[in-house]
Amino acid sequence: MLSLTWFLALSAILFAIGTIGVLTRKNAIVIFMSVELMLNAVNLTLVAFSSFMGDIHGQILVFFSLCVAAAEAAVGLAIVIAIFRNNLTVDITKIKLLRW
Amino acid sequence: MELLHDIYLYLPAVIVAIAGLAVMMLSAFQANHQTVLWTSVFLVAVALIRAGADLFAEAGYVFGGMAAVGGMAAFGTFIILLGTLFTLLLCHDYFEKAGEYFSEIYAIILFATTGMIVLATSTNLVTIFIGLETMSVALYVLAGSVKSDKRSIEAALKYFLLGAFSTGFFLYGIALLYGAAGSTSLEAIAAVTDKGLIYWAGTALLLTGFFFKISAVPFHMWTPDVYQGSPTPITGYMATAAKTAGFFSLMMILSRALESSHVQWSEVMQVIAVLTMVFGNVIALVQTNVKRMLAYSSIAHAGYALVGLSAGTLEGYSAVQFYLFAYTIMNIGAFGVIAYFERYRDLDLTELDNYAGLGYKQPLMGVLLTIFLFSLAGIPPMLGFAGKYLVFAAAVQSQLILLAIIGVLTSAAAAFYYLRVMVFMYMKTPATDIQLAPVGTVYTLALGFLALLTVVLGVMPWTVADILAAF
Repeated sequence: MLSLTWFLALSAILFAIGTIGVLTRKNAIVIFMSVELMLNAVNLTLVAFSSFMGDIHGQILVFFSLCVAAAEAAVGLAIVIAIFRNNLTVDITKIKLLRW
Repeated sequence: MELLHDIYLYLPAVIVAIAGLAVMMLSAFQANHQTVLWTSVFLVAVALIRAGADLFAEAGYVFGGMAAVGGMAAFGTFIILLGTLFTLLLCHDYFEKAGEYFSEIYAIILFATTGMIVLATSTNLVTIFIGLETMSVALYVLAGSVKSDKRSIEAALKYFLLGAFSTGFFLYGIALLYGAAGSTSLEAIAAVTDKGLIYWAGTALLLTGFFFKISAVPFHMWTPDVYQGSPTPITGYMATAAKTAGFFSLMMILSRALESSHVQWSEVMQVIAVLTMVFGNVIALVQTNVKRMLAYSSIAHAGYALVGLSAGTLEGYSAVQFYLFAYTIMNIGAFGVIAYFERYRDLDLTELDNYAGLGYKQPLMGVLLTIFLFSLAGIPPMLGFAGKYLVFAAAVQSQLILLAIIGVLTSAAAAFYYLRVMVFMYMKTPATDIQLAPVGTVYTLALGFLALLTVVLGVMPWTVADILAAF
């Protein structure tokens, strides 16, 4: 069986990819997808710890974090639609009424 | 039976949650705005009274150690409900004038409040996460609640993207601490003796998540834009209640879970406190928009509170609690007056130039804004002065003298930009003749009461400080 380190390394790499995505992408939806990647990387960490320690709490936390991600997606996509109606773009470099 | 008893002990949060559901049903059956408003105000007032009674109750845990009641947790609940009550009273006039008035706004505010109370009282990382997200998701909606205003929607987008980003760090921190401690309860994390890479990485990521939420430099980038773009009463709500909840949760974690690594996090906290105070105040000096200026001032105020946290002593924590109480009262008031000026005039602007001569047009509002800004500047005998004094005294007691000196110097510099608003209000002649509408009775009474608290409690700060010292 694979050791815990492999799982942690994989999720750390996924988390880093997500972070880089958020920092470099310009499309609001792609940024949001990168955030989801970060959250799922964390879920992987939680499940790995939970499974290796034989403790169920980590997996329950994963359910909570999935629910939260779903709620965030609902609100976030609604905001993206509103911003598209106002500006006809979702490129965050072109949405600069307020100075960044 | 034990569950019922726990629910009874945790009543303020339960009342607010039920109020949120009830108000949502009222909106669904198209009750008028006044009914919805006064139902929410009544239920929040009941919860506030209950939280006030809890201040003198014995501290303990409920729901199998998931949340704390009494003591610090009760005071956090009290401040959050106080902020919510006045936000509810002040937002009716604003949204009516803004042209987009949905009574669901009250339900969302109440859900956000539920999240804040859960966040401020939790003693387990799982419930902290749920509380934080309940609060944040509701606040994303509130930031963009004036859909026709481009700035409001833009604020919502920025808040959402950066908030979700910080949630990633926060959750990763929780996951790693869970791995290091084998449990998500704060007690188990405090008991970790083998502090390896996983423990330190988890602590760092968790604190990063918190620094985002309390807008400490260098994680403050979202604050000015979001505070400027959001509807003004909501800005006041985010700057006070939401920040208070974040600070109480941070205090809970620092004092219960990370006590043993105090030396390490205190150093980080001191650097961040200095950066936050200096940066927040210096950038606020050059702002020409009153709302944006108050946003930077709220960053600076987070810095003062971080000074108290760096001390890491009991005096430090109780000073921070007093500070947050003072800050909530005076800042909701200041945003309330600005919301009035913003919407009750021909120009829908918050630029400082348009404040010329406003102090004479509407003398009462001018005096109220003066009181709140004096208090924010920390001029005695206002409440803000007592708060700053306690925080810096706690820092000096813990030998953080340099930190206290920087704090006092930056808050002296801050007086400049608060006083500049007064100069514009009273000493400049307006370029155009501006018509201000009369103020509503409820609006005046609410702001007047906040101003009264600012002055009276500023003269007698021990009435609150004694309660805090008894925790």
